[in-house]
Amino acid sequence: MNGFGVLLGRDLKLAVREGGAIGTALGFYLVVVAMLPLSVGPDLNLLTRIAAGILWVALLLSALLSLPRLFEADHEDGVLEVLAMAPLPLEAAAGAKSLAHWLSTGVPLTLMAPLLGLMLNLELSAYPVLIATMLVGTPAISFIGAIGAALTLRSRRGGLLIALLVLPLYIPTLIFGISAMQASAFGTGGFGPSFLILAAISLASMVLGPLAAAAALRMQIG
Amino acid sequence: MLSKSAANLAMALHIENLTVARGGRTILAELSLSAKAGEAVLLTGANGAGKTTLLRAIAGLLPIAHGAIRLDGSAAEAGEGVAESCHFVGHLNGIKPALTVAENATFWARYLGGPTDGVPSALEQLRMADLAPIQAAYLSAGQKRRLGLTRLLVAPRPVWLMDEPAVSLDVASQELLADAVNRHLSRGGIVVAATHQPLGFVPSREHRLGRFAVTERLASSTIGEEGAP
Repeated sequence: MNGFGVLLGRDLKLAVREGGAIGTALGFYLVVVAMLPLSVGPDLNLLTRIAAGILWVALLLSALLSLPRLFEADHEDGVLEVLAMAPLPLEAAAGAKSLAHWLSTGVPLTLMAPLLGLMLNLELSAYPVLIATMLVGTPAISFIGAIGAALTLRSRRGGLLIALLVLPLYIPTLIFGISAMQASAFGTGGFGPSFLILAAISLASMVLGPLAAAAALRMQIG
Repeated sequence: MLSKSAANLAMALHIENLTVARGGRTILAELSLSAKAGEAVLLTGANGAGKTTLLRAIAGLLPIAHGAIRLDGSAAEAGEGVAESCHFVGHLNGIKPALTVAENATFWARYLGGPTDGVPSALEQLRMADLAPIQAAYLSAGQKRRLGLTRLLVAPRPVWLMDEPAVSLDVASQELLADAVNRHLSRGGIVVAATHQPLGFVPSREHRLGRFAVTERLASSTIGEEGAP
């Protein structure tokens, strides 16, 4: 487990020091959400109704922006080959890198979502639920995304390909994230089951994502 | 360290009937090669003869079509794979430009399971100590190469696989590399190096790889010749 922590720490340090990825994701999130009221008009009731959906879809797209770099940088400078030969299994290394991606992208985006909620007239009572569902749902973005990032490692302009591969796999997270928020907002019940399924998707992706990503990485190295 | 060095003396790398294909083309066919503790094998051959392919296959980075790569000795008995007992120095240095020289070396020491207190002396051995606080992005090509080579020193591995290790090194740095290799060999390590230029250490053996043409596929059972250079 020592190597896992070392790699996680290094990736977080690089994310802070290089900075670009976090800034780009947050900026993109801000711009997409800010454009929406301009396009649908200042109807506050309408904005309240669609706020949760907009915040979720824009978050998925923003998190997707930094995914192509997840393994690419390590591949370009030869680090990936050494990671593949290290005592720590490549699966665990892929897991550490995915976790670092979540901590450096998913968490900042989640923390920014309430601020953007203000622009969409999101009801105050929905804020705790918004943060909770996003915190529980966003790990799936990084861990499923790692599979796409590994598969498209050596393809030029892999960024668009990742979106095509990975966005359909985000649909369950999107559905249950929004249904949990709606259940809570309209008091229709069913928040618990949706929230638990959302957590289950994230947990399953944490197990399966690194396995699939490592298999794809081995193929790309060889 | 001492016990590890002593154990290394019983170690031997065996490659038996190795066949590796890439992109549907056989690069190495039925290649056999072995190296005992303290031996350095020099791989030579024209461009495309399969030097890098052989090194990458030993490092576990390429799938093997047929044959076996074994490492006899303490590490194998401890259940480690061959790849985990090897250092591979390829065309890329494996360093992060955003990290400092010291951070790069410390990362490899900790990730590969070496002692972190060995980092300063490893940097010293390759004359990188003065550069320790500098970001790797600002190093020259030769300095980057030396930083890549410190990985060999910060985490002990019995087998060093080196693909053109002296690229972009000046004469003084080549001598530092040769010293490091000779120290590794005297401790019972194994070195397999592919190179076109003299490396400054005396190889125990030279293994010449020939190009494996399609027409020769049935005719030749071995493509290399073993013997003293």
